[in-house]
Amino acid sequence: MIRHEGRERYVALRDVVSNKAKSLFSGKRELTSSAYEEFKALDDVSFTIEQGDRVAIVGRNGAGKSTLLKILSRITSPTKGRIILDGRVASLLEVGTGFHPELSGRENIFLNGSILGMSKAEIKSKFDEIVAFSEVERFLDTPVKRYSSGMYVRLAFAVAAHLEPEILVVDEVLAVGDAAFQKKCIGKMQDVSKSGRTVLFVSHNMSAVRNLCNKAILLQNGKLIVQDEVEPVLERYLASNQTGQLTGNYTRPDKKQSDVMLSSAAVVDAQGEERNAFEIIEQVGLKLNLTCNKPVPNLYGYVVVKNSNEEVIIESDTKDLPPNALDGITEGNTTFLLTIPANTLSVGEYTVYLSFSSSFAADFSVETPGDVLRFAISDSITERGHNRRSYTSVLLNWQKK
Amino acid sequence: MSQHRIIIEPGRENNNYWRDIRKYRGLFYFLAWRDVLVRYKQTVIGVAWSVMRPLLTIVVFTFVFHNLGNFSAGESIPYAIMVCAGMLPWQFFSGAFSEAANSLVANSNLLTKVYFPRLIVPASTVIVSLIDFFISLVILGGLCVYYQFVPDWRIVFLPLFLMLAIVTAMGAGLFIAALNVKYRDFRYIIPFIVQFGLYISPVGFSSELIFGNESVPQYLKVIYALNPMVGVIDGFRWSILGDGTVLHWMEFGASCGISVLLLFTGVWYFRRMEKSFADVI
Repeated sequence: MIRHEGRERYVALRDVVSNKAKSLFSGKRELTSSAYEEFKALDDVSFTIEQGDRVAIVGRNGAGKSTLLKILSRITSPTKGRIILDGRVASLLEVGTGFHPELSGRENIFLNGSILGMSKAEIKSKFDEIVAFSEVERFLDTPVKRYSSGMYVRLAFAVAAHLEPEILVVDEVLAVGDAAFQKKCIGKMQDVSKSGRTVLFVSHNMSAVRNLCNKAILLQNGKLIVQDEVEPVLERYLASNQTGQLTGNYTRPDKKQSDVMLSSAAVVDAQGEERNAFEIIEQVGLKLNLTCNKPVPNLYGYVVVKNSNEEVIIESDTKDLPPNALDGITEGNTTFLLTIPANTLSVGEYTVYLSFSSSFAADFSVETPGDVLRFAISDSITERGHNRRSYTSVLLNWQKK
Repeated sequence: MSQHRIIIEPGRENNNYWRDIRKYRGLFYFLAWRDVLVRYKQTVIGVAWSVMRPLLTIVVFTFVFHNLGNFSAGESIPYAIMVCAGMLPWQFFSGAFSEAANSLVANSNLLTKVYFPRLIVPASTVIVSLIDFFISLVILGGLCVYYQFVPDWRIVFLPLFLMLAIVTAMGAGLFIAALNVKYRDFRYIIPFIVQFGLYISPVGFSSELIFGNESVPQYLKVIYALNPMVGVIDGFRWSILGDGTVLHWMEFGASCGISVLLLFTGVWYFRRMEKSFADVI
C-alpha cells in the first residue's frame, strides 16, 4: 500500500545553478528570488493505493508523472509532504540502467540486477529464466557493446522483468523491442500484477494501460485531477488531450475569401442533430458546408478519419467511384452529408481530416481545411464493451443454418 | 510487510542511512567488481600497467633525486626502496582520490535512475586502487630482493598505514565528489591537486630533509606537516625501511589528525549534499 499526502517540490532550474556559480565567482551576492522563477513540478498530490492495485499514471508531457515516480523511488526528495510506502520498492525508470558496454551479457545481468536491488543469490536463481526471456543465449559472453540495439534492450528488459518487489514503479519502458517482444513484456507485466504486487505504471500507450492496469490517476500541471478506475480516467485524459480544441463542429476562422472553401462543418446524428458522442450502434454523419465563389473544374474532396493514435481508419475521396460529387459544383453554398454507418468505428476518439483539391489547383485557390472535427464513440451496450480490441465495431451475426 | 515501511518526508532521509548502506553492500561489491573488470579491458599488457607506471616513476625519481641531486636515504637504505615506499601509497592515494572524486559524475546515469545510498559509489572506486596497490607491492618485493634488503618487525604495522591512506583518499575524495556534482570546475582542479601533491609530499625525497633541517623555518615545517599524505608516507617508510628512519611523532600525529578530520567533514558534507545530487547532476 502506498499512501501519499500533499506535497510539492521545487525543481531547481539549471540556470539557478549557473547563476549561483556566477555570483560566487564574480562576488555578486544580490541573487534574489526574482532572479529565477519558482516552479512546482508537483503540488498537492494526495492519494492512496491499495495493495495489489495496478495503477496507471497518465497525463501530458510535463504533468509531473516522472517527478512523481522519482520521488516515490527516492531518487529525488520532496520539499514538502509525506509518502508512506509499505513494502520494498523497485523502480524501473529506464531499461538497462548501469549497463556497461565493455562487460559481457552475463556480467551485465549480475550488475544490472544488483543495481535494481536484487541480491546475488536472487539473480543466480533467476539467471536461466532471464537468459531464456532475453533470447540472447548465444551472445552471453560477448561484450554488450557488440550487441544490436534490439538485443541490448531485450537483455535489459529481461533483467528488469524478473524483479520481484512488493511495489513496482515503472516509467514508459515498454515501448522497446519489436512487436513480438513488446507483447511478451506486457504478458510478463500482467503476470507480475496477477501475483498480487502493486504496480505503478506511467505510459502514453493507452492500450498497454488498458491491458495492465485496473486503476488510474490523471495528473495535469503537477496537480492530481482524478483517481478512479481506468476507463473514466482515460476518457478524461483523452478529452483534456485534444490539441487545438477540436470539437464536433467547425466554422471557418478566416475572413479572407477563396475560390472554394469549407465554411462550416459538424458531426451530426441520424436525426441531423449536432452531437459529438456516439454509441457504436449509431451512425455518424459529417455535415460539410462548402462555399464556392468561382467554379473549379475537376474539384474533388478527400476525407480521412483517424483514431487517437493517428492511425487512419477511413480514407475516402470523391473520385473513388464515379461520379465525382464535387465536379462541377456551382457558385454558392452546397451542403454535403457523409455518413459513417453504424457498427463501423470501434470505441475511441476520432479526428476528421478534410482536404479539397483539383488537378488545376494551381490556377485556383482551393483550401485544405485539415483536421476539423472530432467525435467519440463509446460502447455501453454490448457485453464486451470497452474491452473490444478490434479496429471496427462490426458485430457478426451467429446465424443458425 | 510493515518491516519494509518507508516514510519519505523532507529532511527525513537520514534515519536509516547506515542500515541502508549495509543493505546495499551487494551493490558496493558489484560496482567495485565492475570497475575492476573494466579497468584494463582492451589493453594489450593489461594489469601490468599497474606495475609499469609506478616502476617507471620510481626509476626516474631515483635517478633525478639520488644520482643527479645527490639526495641520500641513509647508509643502510637503498634510495630506490625509499622512493618506492613513498611512491606506492602516493599512487594509491592519487588513483583512489581522483577516481572517487569523479565517480558521481561518471555514474550520473545511475544517480538519476535508481535509489541507493550515494556513498557507495565513491567508496567502491577505492577498491580498484586498492587492488592496483596490492599488485604494485610486487615492485617493493622485487627491489628488496635486488638490493638484498629485509624489512624488520615494523612491517606488521603496514596495514595500519594503509588504512590511514584509505581514510585520507576517501575523505578528500568524498569532499570533491560532492562539490564536483554541482561545480564541474573541480574536474580541472582534481588533476591539479594530484600533480601539485606529488611535489609537496615526500615522494622523491625524505621528510627528514624538512623536519631534520635547521635552515627550514618552523612555520614551514608546520605547514608541511599539515599535508595528510606526509603522515601516510612517513608511516609507510617507517614500517618498511625500519631502523634507518625516524618517525617524527608530533608531526605524524598532526597529519593523522588532518586525515581523520578530512574523512569526517567529507562524509558530513557528502551527506548534506546527497539529497540534491539527482537534481543537480
